[in-house]
Amino acid sequence: MRPDPNLIAGIEGFEDAGVYRLSDDLAIILTLDFFTPIVDDPYLFGQIAATNALSDVYAMGGKPITAMNIICFPPKKLPMEVLNRILQGGLDKIHEAGVTLVGGHSVEDDEPKYGLSVTGVIHPDRVLRNRGGRAGDRLILTKALGTGIVSTALKGEEADPALVDKAVKAMTTLNRRAAELMTQMPEIHACTDVTGFGLLGHACEMIEGSDVGLKIDASAVPFFDGVRELVETGFVPGGLYRNKDFRMPMIDLKPTCPEWLLEILFDPQTSGGLLFALPAGDAEILVKKMRDAGIGDAAVVGEVIAEPKGKIVVF
Amino acid sequence: MSATRVDARGLSCPQPVVLTSKAIEAGAESLEVLVDNEVSKENVLRLAKRHKMQTSVHEEGPDIVIEIKT
Repeated sequence: MRPDPNLIAGIEGFEDAGVYRLSDDLAIILTLDFFTPIVDDPYLFGQIAATNALSDVYAMGGKPITAMNIICFPPKKLPMEVLNRILQGGLDKIHEAGVTLVGGHSVEDDEPKYGLSVTGVIHPDRVLRNRGGRAGDRLILTKALGTGIVSTALKGEEADPALVDKAVKAMTTLNRRAAELMTQMPEIHACTDVTGFGLLGHACEMIEGSDVGLKIDASAVPFFDGVRELVETGFVPGGLYRNKDFRMPMIDLKPTCPEWLLEILFDPQTSGGLLFALPAGDAEILVKKMRDAGIGDAAVVGEVIAEPKGKIVVF
Repeated sequence: MSATRVDARGLSCPQPVVLTSKAIEAGAESLEVLVDNEVSKENVLRLAKRHKMQTSVHEEGPDIVIEIKT
């Protein structure tokens, strides 16, 4: 990579988005995310994909300002109305976020895919990285887990409609309000959003090779009612097994956390919540504020610890 | 009684689980499920455990054969 002193976050740090300094008090955040449908309803799929793409800007502590559509579509296989509904779902979320759609690009493809490239702004000194948690900090998670498991059951037409509704509601809820409340706090030491690697996979990125570790209280982690039964019935996404196989060497699993719950902590999420570290004294205050603001699943799920370094104790 | 055969090779999750589940619900007491990847194998084994059925697994070339019995 060509060194550039204005590159604040690039491809090397597993950050949620790239950050580039334009001046002493302004940096832009750049991100891109798109994927194949995970629900049948094209309007909801558009909403989920846009909510997910916008989240990366919030996870850096920034404010999204513009978005561009990326769309792949098979016009000979599906009616154009489907395309219009996907784009409308995306646009509604873009507008809800206070963001302006400035364009986009479409290509013909066998399977639909949709997402956004989002640009945001932030003060260069206020960028929230994955790393930076300090021993004693508390960890807050702002959405319930289980969207990957529910999506798998949905593909098999075995998901309870009420459970699907809850998961869709979570996936179409912008992390905007959570991010606003978070960034109003005096100190936030590290932040990411929980997506494909699951809660524990992203938590690992926050401490891998660093001089701190984490302790996660599995019983405090919010997840959708009904996902335990799906895990035990075999509706487990392949990504969950891969996440677990990859990261278990960093996990110190205590017998108080049962296997099915550990697996929920590795469930790959779409449009998941924010996961961030802040001083212990501020944590309960912020969780209360978030719940009062309608972010009902926000919870303290663990803490940053001095030892063991680079490991996560799950109990 | 001969085993009900469920050929779930070439299918991705959750289809192997769905097909096996349908066979169990249809009353099959002895099944032979063919899958071709570890994720499908793990998920079919979970389903069998959930139904408190006995399982054994062996490989036949590239395929994984899961025998399930009540």
